[in-house]
Amino acid sequence: MLMFTVRRILVSIPVLIGITAILFVMLNVVPGDPIALLMKEHASPDVIERVRAQMHLDDPLITRYFRFLFAALQGDLGTSIKLNRSVTTLIMNAFPNTLYLAGCAALVSWVIGIPAGILSAVRRDSFVDHFFMGFSLLGVSMPIFWSALLMQYIFAVQLKWLPVAGFYGFEYVILPAIVLGWSSAGVIARLTRSSLLEVMRHDYIRTARAKGAREISVISRHALKNALIPVVTIMAIQVASLLSGAVITEAIFGIPGVGRISINAIQARDMPLLQGSVLFATVLVILGNLVADILYSVLDPRIRSQMRKDAR
Amino acid sequence: MSQSAAVTNDLPEVIEEASFLRDTMRGFRKNRMAMVGLVFVCLLVFLAIFAPIISPHDPYRVALDEQLLPASTTYWLGTDNFGRDVLTRILYGARISLVVGTVPSLISLLIGTFMGILSGYMGGKTDFVIMRLADTMIAFPSLLLAMVVMYTLGANLFNIFIALALVGWAGVARVVRSQTLALKEKEFIEAARANGTSRVRIMFSHIFPNVTPTLIVLFSLSIPEAIMWESSLSFLGVGVQPPEASWGLLVAKGKEYLFQAPLVAIMPGVAILMTVLAFNFIGDGLRDALDPSMKD
Repeated sequence: MLMFTVRRILVSIPVLIGITAILFVMLNVVPGDPIALLMKEHASPDVIERVRAQMHLDDPLITRYFRFLFAALQGDLGTSIKLNRSVTTLIMNAFPNTLYLAGCAALVSWVIGIPAGILSAVRRDSFVDHFFMGFSLLGVSMPIFWSALLMQYIFAVQLKWLPVAGFYGFEYVILPAIVLGWSSAGVIARLTRSSLLEVMRHDYIRTARAKGAREISVISRHALKNALIPVVTIMAIQVASLLSGAVITEAIFGIPGVGRISINAIQARDMPLLQGSVLFATVLVILGNLVADILYSVLDPRIRSQMRKDAR
Repeated sequence: MSQSAAVTNDLPEVIEEASFLRDTMRGFRKNRMAMVGLVFVCLLVFLAIFAPIISPHDPYRVALDEQLLPASTTYWLGTDNFGRDVLTRILYGARISLVVGTVPSLISLLIGTFMGILSGYMGGKTDFVIMRLADTMIAFPSLLLAMVVMYTLGANLFNIFIALALVGWAGVARVVRSQTLALKEKEFIEAARANGTSRVRIMFSHIFPNVTPTLIVLFSLSIPEAIMWESSLSFLGVGVQPPEASWGLLVAKGKEYLFQAPLVAIMPGVAILMTVLAFNFIGDGLRDALDPSMKD
């Protein structure tokens, strides 16, 4: 178990180095001088020269990359050009808001997705099944920015049940969490359904039925235990992707999270801020995948023995 | 005599090919939702191509005395804040969505297939390097990666192609690689190798044809994804720029007037939803018909 975890963590390291390299190269070959942008036309050429030297912008790309990498390892992501504040501080101030939103969205997707998937599997090809599967297909086919507007229009503008946008309390998170959670709920429901259908074909389910167990206990006590293993691991990945994918939802509902930082950074052409926030989100996704894999091996001993076999 | 022998030799192959195609078509036609999707997409392509002939309105003409009109017989879905016909702009937006759905998907398919076959067949260091690169690209949250590319290259349609291709190739490469690994062990590849066929030839004239069914499915399923990404990028202001009429951009601009004229923002979204659904139905239908093993 420990070996597996250690090996899995080691595998993530080249990926981490890879994403920092790709991100750094992409953002540092940008045409257009950030300093000229920062100072507008007021600065004289020698001032610009001095600031460039101060920010080490004249060093070779590879030197700058390693400086960036080592600073990032120590938690220093540079200074925002526009806001003149530490990028790490800005992200850390915004992260709890994103976490709150993503947590609520994840909760919505589990509370809707898992029961919907179970019901669809148990009542396969019935009206309930078609209804939930249609609902989840709708969830993954709707652009989030559009469903967000629709929700705002119906529940905030027309019915006046909830606030349109802002971030001042629990009622402000309800709509964004539903919008963000719906698309994930679709994925969870489909996976729960197919996984449960798969498990129900096994012999031990037939045995349970043969010994006279009631259908409800066959499903809840025997089938679900195995059927939910892939679902639980997907949940870990999904929390990470919700954390990073909240960009659009945060923009529309005016939630001051990490996604909003990325958008603002693009609009202000604030490279260090964009670099920091994208790196942060990507590391979250990698961590989510890591947790999912480890969780999978904890929950399902078969995976572990498979891994051991592969290693040999 | 020799001629008839040649004919009988050719025969099984021909029948095999025809029945594979026919089987696929039959399987696809049986799927009612896939047929509905196909009809919708054909209609959309028709409308997009002939938009200037079909619509009596100019999608770019500004008429400030006709701002935000409600739906009427002249303007079926009303007008936007510049007095432009909403339906006409949606029709022109279909052009962008259809192009953006297909072109980047084709590019990422091309790159992904090449990388996947190379990685799977060559193995060793080549495999290691390509797969670590793919892992890295997949680790990025797609929307953020696309946003960074747009930031670097500048917001226009051509750069959206690049951004989406960059986001998409790695997933294709993974699938193609695993298929190549399985095909590599088959007798006909071993026979080709024993024949002295070159590696390049084995990869591209023996393995490639056998992954095409998968590629068709991947292609059809990546179209709705690309349409979704483009509309999201355009909505966020880093995609297609005004006055062009991309669906995501139409929703973004329309949302300012959600209270006075909800149709301006809502209808382009309906267009996205229906198009994405239609392509998903087609993709699912093709998958079930061509390659049932890919299900789930």
